[in-house]
Parts: sequence; C-alpha cells; structure tokens
Amino acid sequence: MKEGVARFWREIPQRYNFIGNKCGTCDTVFFPPRESCPYCRRKSIGKMKETKLAGKGEVVTYTIIHVGPEDFEEQTPYPIAIIKLEEGPQITAQIVDCPLDEVKIGMKVESTFRKIQQDGHTGAIYYGYKFKKQRQ
Amino acid sequence: MRDVAVIGVGLTKFGELWDQSFRQLIAEAGSKAILDAKIEGKDIDALYVGSMSSGRFVDQEHVGALVAEVSGFSQLHIPATRVEGACASGGLAVREGYLSIASGINDIVVVGGIEKMNDVGGTAATEILATASDQEWEAFFGATFPGIYAMIATRHMHEYGTTKEQLAQVAVKNHANGVFNPYAQYQSPISLESVLRATTVAWPLGLMDCSPVSDGAASLVLCAAEKAKKYTEKPIKIIGSGQASDTLALHGRRDICTLDATVYAAKKAYKQANLTPKDIDFAEVHDCFTIAEICAIEDLGFVEKGKGGKAIDNKITTLDGSLPVNTSGGLKAKGHPVGATGVAQIVELTTQLRGEAGKRQVKDAKIGLAHNVGGSGATCVIHIMEAM
Repeated sequence: MKEGVARFWREIPQRYNFIGNKCGTCDTVFFPPRESCPYCRRKSIGKMKETKLAGKGEVVTYTIIHVGPEDFEEQTPYPIAIIKLEEGPQITAQIVDCPLDEVKIGMKVESTFRKIQQDGHTGAIYYGYKFKKQRQ
Repeated sequence: MRDVAVIGVGLTKFGELWDQSFRQLIAEAGSKAILDAKIEGKDIDALYVGSMSSGRFVDQEHVGALVAEVSGFSQLHIPATRVEGACASGGLAVREGYLSIASGINDIVVVGGIEKMNDVGGTAATEILATASDQEWEAFFGATFPGIYAMIATRHMHEYGTTKEQLAQVAVKNHANGVFNPYAQYQSPISLESVLRATTVAWPLGLMDCSPVSDGAASLVLCAAEKAKKYTEKPIKIIGSGQASDTLALHGRRDICTLDATVYAAKKAYKQANLTPKDIDFAEVHDCFTIAEICAIEDLGFVEKGKGGKAIDNKITTLDGSLPVNTSGGLKAKGHPVGATGVAQIVELTTQLRGEAGKRQVKDAKIGLAHNVGGSGATCVIHIMEAM
C-alpha cells in the first residue's frame, strides 16, 4: 500500500491503542470512532465520547487467505476473521499464533500488537492489531 | 413520473480481449445498441456510463465525455456522465438514465457500462477490486475481496449447514447456461469435481467459486415508454427500480449472511412494480462469488433465509427450473467486466423478454429481475422488467 505516511499516522490511536467512541445518547460503542451515531443521528452530535476498548472478543466468521495481496504474499496461508469485541463493535483482523485448523467460529481471542505491512524493503512499517487465542 | 422502456441493446464479447482497447469496446457496444434501437445521434438527450475504476485499470478518468467522443458524438455535445458504485456502477448508470427519463427531463438516453481489466494483470486487478471494500479497516489488515465473501460463506455454512458442494453447484449451473451465450467468456460446461478440486483462493472459496477478470462493454437505449413503439415492435418496460446502501465493511453489517442493501433495494423495486418475489419468472443476480448467488436468492425473497443452498440442490434455479437464475451464465461464466455487468444484466433481461435468447430462452418469460451489487454489499441496485 504505497501511500502518504500521514494517512497511516492519523489512525495510530485506533490501530495501536484501540481508541473508539461511545454515543452519549444510546451508549452504543463504535470502533473505529464515528462522527455521529447511526442510530441516534442528530441527537448524538457533540455527544460522542472517546473510549478505550479492551481488545478482547470472539470470532464471528473467518477465512484462510491462500492468494494474498502483494504485501501479504509471504504470509499466506493466513486466517482473517471478523471479531465481535466485548464492547459490541465488530472488526476485521488477522488471527496469529494459532494453527490454521484450530481457528473456529466462537473462539475467544485477544489483541496483540504486530507489524501489519511495509512499503517495500525500505519504506514505512505499518503496525496495528492482530488477534490470538485468549489465555485461559 | 413517466414509464421508461429499453428499445435497443448492444454487447461486446466478454473475455480476455487483448486486441481491443477500452475505447473500441465501449464504441462497439454503444453503436450496436443505437443501431438496434434505430435511432440517430441527434435523437440522444444524454449518455450515462458505468465504470468502476477506469483510472486504475487503464489510467483514464473522465470517461463520460470520452465515451461520447469515441462514439462519434463530439460535434453533438451530448451531456455525458460517468457513474461509479464499484461493481454496481453499470446498474447505477441504468438507474440514472431511467430516472432522467422518468423525471421528464430526457426522452432518449444511451447507457453504457465498461471495464477493461486485463491490461494490468491478475494481481493488480484483484487489488483494484479490493478498493470496493473498506481500505482502512478491511484491506489494510490483509483481507482480500474473495476473502470477504469467503467470510460470508463460512458463516452461512455455520448457521445454515450450507455445503461446499452447494456452492460449487452454482458455478456448474452458471457455466451450463454460459454454453448457450455467444458473448460469454466461458462457453464450456464444468464438472462439480473440477470446482471442488480447484486451487483454494480464500477458504472455503476456490478459484472456480470466483468470477473471472474480464474485459467487455454493454449498452442500452432507454426511451420514454409513450414514444418507444415509434422505434421498436418490442419495447421492454422497466416497471421497478430500487437502490440502497450499507456499510462498506462487512463487519459493520447487522447480519454477516444478509445483504441488507439487497433487501431494501428489492423492497423498493417490488413496491413500485406492485409485485412480490413469487411474480418473478427469471432473474440475473450478482454472482461475483458462488456464495453471493445463494445470498441473493434469499435476500431477494425467492427462498427463505438459509434455504439458498437447498434451492440449488432442488434445481429451482436451473434453466428449466421454476425460477431460472443467471440464464446468461452470470458473472461466473459470462464474465465480470465490473462496470459493464449491471448493464449486461439488463441486456439479458431484454433479450429474454423479447423471446430472442435462443437455446437459453426461458419459457413464457414475462417478468425478469436484475440484481447488481457493489463491493460486498454496500451498494445494491435492482430493476424489474416486463414486455409492453
């Protein structure tokens, strides 16, 4: 993903620290943060409050990517999942540190801070969250 | 609001068309439609062109005016607009043309759809298609476009017991239909085993669960229905048009297995046509992946949610079934030049409703539905058509 560094940098709070937000009217939590709540719309304007998420959740669905984009080719095959976070929002992320045949719907997972991709061999390195099995 | 009819259609061959350029393709489809409608350049009030990503596929934006130019209309100065909604760009162009006539502003409009995808190679084509997904919150983390549909499939299999064999049967059926479509990219049948054995792209989807990378163009001439008989014996009326949107990212949706954009667009189209799903005789649905056709027949109300796989087993959607789906071969066998797809679906509906579909003709076809999706379901546009 050859792009300006600022485009990545401005999303660091979300990708590094799981900063989402919460509607002050209906308490729904959003990740990534939204400008307004899609349920309360105008009633939520000015009432969206930052909130930190725990980075824990459950696998809703998944796939094993065998044919990956150029930047991910070295990692194939790798699992990608939709994870429902404890606070409510769903996100898409890679599952790591887990044999492919152990990835299951309903599996409890927690976030881990990892390198996601890199602009060539000398370009910027992009970090963010991946998920691994929750420790019991 | 005025009624609107299709009075002319044109298609290029779909496929890997190395010897033909973007410009040649759209000019060919457009001139075929114009000749079919027996109109002249001076009759045309406006042009609408659907193209998902001409900028990245052939390094050319501003293709509305370009299409007018290469069609020979530069001296007529016809208003020309490019419409974009990812893989639904073509269907949206049809709807914009439809709305402009229904509103009374225009009488005759030419709609085109095009994508020239092969010039950039397969890897780049896949990455360009992924721009229809959420780049910041899906693609960034390594989710591919087939991967996103694969996640719909995994959940569908988990919740409803849908099988890989049922998915594969969608591809087998659509290739069987493609045999009878001279414009299709693939005109040969495939076996269930070959689909199941194909290399895995994003488990549970294999290569043969995916529509191909295609070049091609399609075109229509739309006309105010009250004037349509002046041009053709068999005008085909658009009796319902619906469009809806949803979140770009699959993870933002209410239900992983339901494309709510399809549900809402269908609701609007059925209401306008004063019809229910039971009244539809045949349909062209957006089978960019095999799972997408299963979700489509559920979300359009043809079968209950979760029963799409069973419907494939029961052969309801084959050419001689009670509700033939993707008689053209669908995106899977006909090919999927993304901007052209939504327009080509209307070409197929028109061909069927005129009774000119040859060996793939649906018996007693009276009412057809076209379903065109952008991304993994963030945009949907649906048209329902009937012979006048």
